[in-house]
Amino acid sequence: MKHLLGIADLTEDQIWTILDTAEEMHDIQQRPIKKLPALRGRTVVNLFFEDSTRTRSSFELAAKWLSADAINVSAKGSSVSKGESMKDTLQTLDAMGVDAIVMRHAGSGSVAQAAGWVRASMVNAGDGMHEHPTQALLDAHAIRRHLRANELGDLQGKRIAITGDLLHSRVVRSNVLLWEKIGASVVLVAPPTLMPPGVSTWGVETTSSFDEVLPDVDVAMMLRVQRERMHGGFFPSEREYIDAYGLTPRRLRMLKPGACIAHPGPMNRGLEISSAAADAAHSIILDQVSAGVAVRMSVLYHLLAGEEK
Amino acid sequence: MTATTLRGVQLPDGTRTDLHLSDGVIVDEAPSGAEVVDCDGLLALPGMVDPHTHLREPGREDAETVKSGSEAAARGGYTAVCAMANTQPVTDTAEKAEHVLDLGVKANLVDVVVIGAISKGLQGQELAELGLMHRSRARVTMFSDDGMCLMNPQLMRRALEWVKPFGGVIAQHSQDSFLAGPGACCHEGELSGRLGLGGWPPVAESTIIARDAMLAEATGSRLHVCHITTAEGVEVVRWAKSRGINITAEVTPHHLLLGTEELMGYDTVYKVNPPLRTSEHIEALREGLADGTIDVVGTDHAPHAPQDKDHAFVDAKPGMLGLEQALSVIIETMVKPGRLTWEQVAERTSHAPARLASLSNQGRPLTVGEPANLVLVNPDRMSTVDRAESRSLSRNNPYHGRELPDPVEATYLRGRRTFTRS
Repeated sequence: MKHLLGIADLTEDQIWTILDTAEEMHDIQQRPIKKLPALRGRTVVNLFFEDSTRTRSSFELAAKWLSADAINVSAKGSSVSKGESMKDTLQTLDAMGVDAIVMRHAGSGSVAQAAGWVRASMVNAGDGMHEHPTQALLDAHAIRRHLRANELGDLQGKRIAITGDLLHSRVVRSNVLLWEKIGASVVLVAPPTLMPPGVSTWGVETTSSFDEVLPDVDVAMMLRVQRERMHGGFFPSEREYIDAYGLTPRRLRMLKPGACIAHPGPMNRGLEISSAAADAAHSIILDQVSAGVAVRMSVLYHLLAGEEK
Repeated sequence: MTATTLRGVQLPDGTRTDLHLSDGVIVDEAPSGAEVVDCDGLLALPGMVDPHTHLREPGREDAETVKSGSEAAARGGYTAVCAMANTQPVTDTAEKAEHVLDLGVKANLVDVVVIGAISKGLQGQELAELGLMHRSRARVTMFSDDGMCLMNPQLMRRALEWVKPFGGVIAQHSQDSFLAGPGACCHEGELSGRLGLGGWPPVAESTIIARDAMLAEATGSRLHVCHITTAEGVEVVRWAKSRGINITAEVTPHHLLLGTEELMGYDTVYKVNPPLRTSEHIEALREGLADGTIDVVGTDHAPHAPQDKDHAFVDAKPGMLGLEQALSVIIETMVKPGRLTWEQVAERTSHAPARLASLSNQGRPLTVGEPANLVLVNPDRMSTVDRAESRSLSRNNPYHGRELPDPVEATYLRGRRTFTRS
């Protein structure tokens, strides 16, 4: 594996391999001394054209715990406005001889474009409305651990509802691809204004009725809804959105026993998710965050340590 | 002045004849000392007229100049190009129009016909000096804010009214900027959803065409629809024509050939506005061009420097080259499948666009006494497009690496050869 551009490029075997390695990395995370020598001498650049707290720090910790040298480059503000092309920005970093570039950019497909311009391994840390593969992998890892802990089996055959602003979400695309590949089923829940075009060809169920699907799911994954979307006419008011699509205390009670609540963050408490749901005993939202480091360690390990073999 | 005899050349109607060119016109007898060109197997078409070219000068001479664009045009079989107004500065006054005209005269390879802006600075707020541009040496009759849609219906109405007395035409870039905003860069549908690219829905085009058609009817003025891309848009034009509305429509070569699937690798060469569409739209465009609903082929030749394309797809400038491969694409998509005769090709690429731009010395039949503007065509010649060979200063050629007809043998502007395959 040279790059991680999207779940679309991964085979089922590769997904399981990354998830299994993440289990080992997870154990290391629990140790008082977390350092592994696996990537000593390797260099990872976090190139973020968009703001990010959790994803960037998660990648940074992952690189450092594997003993790689990690630097953060914030290239906020589009390169267009700075007069430098994205290609020049990428090739400049690449020319310094780095081994991997972890990149986030508001433009869909930008990381795949970059992979064509550089020698380093590219890791997609979120490209526009396209993919966010490590998020889907960490979601799977966190849910898998939840299922194990509750003796509910593995991921295959489980049913996940993903609810929220699916139109503008890179998380939903990666998640749908991942669950489909490993044999779980997905139901997408959103108002018609926030459904991606052509979603009927994705091979998943779609509905605009949250209440109908909630009692049957193993995972209720809530996606962030930006309040600004209201101005674009995507929904009339927060109140109306919450009424139909919020994970409210009432809907919390509709979940079956053992079902968990997930959210990739950052949350809009009181909008797509109530505090009662976010802080519930079966919420795995913080577990997702710790899973993020383990999964990113696994990804970097397979991209960079594997190269020498 | 040199004289030329094109021996045994086939005309669009299929007849074979000798064409004698002298003093810039077609004459009935070979003047003494005329150069004789053996045209066995070659076809003569009236010099092509492009109603929609971006020459980038003044302002972005690194991407294209009037001279380099003229060279690309001559190589593509054109004897006239209409230069769009969205240069830097915008062509929105008589002085600026005359400047572009003079650059064309200086390059002296095609007639550079100036298109004026509809609104000052393409801002869509106030009318540009349409009448002054018309009465300038540039004799502007076509006006367009191309690149931007003139959204304000009141201003659109006023523009149509203002140009009516002097026979002007308003050429609209039909894109509702609410339905297809700045982030819209991919045909809205299955692929835009999968790639995560902002959707550009067909209704953003068809609703503007319908609105403008009704305004053209109400004002009795002349409307031209630039680069139509959707089946719905073609249907609206067909309906408007059936009502007797004075409307013409244009299709680009790239929308006739290339589909949405080109975007799958996020190659920004294929970013163009309006975007590439799906096969059912492509079929509707071919059908519309065949039955005459679409009157003209316009290249929307849009050169861009690498630094304006080497960005994320959404950030890259839209547009692709078109002048040199326009006839190639028309032959591939329309002539070879038997959907256009050569006479119809001449109509869509020369006669009709010349009428659209009110050109009296272009788009004329190849008969005695007419200007000797023509292109010699070998319809059977094929080659692989190499962007490095382009006369354009830019390299955003969407046909690079494709096997296509390579028909143009020579181009003559008023009897003078402006391109020849050496």
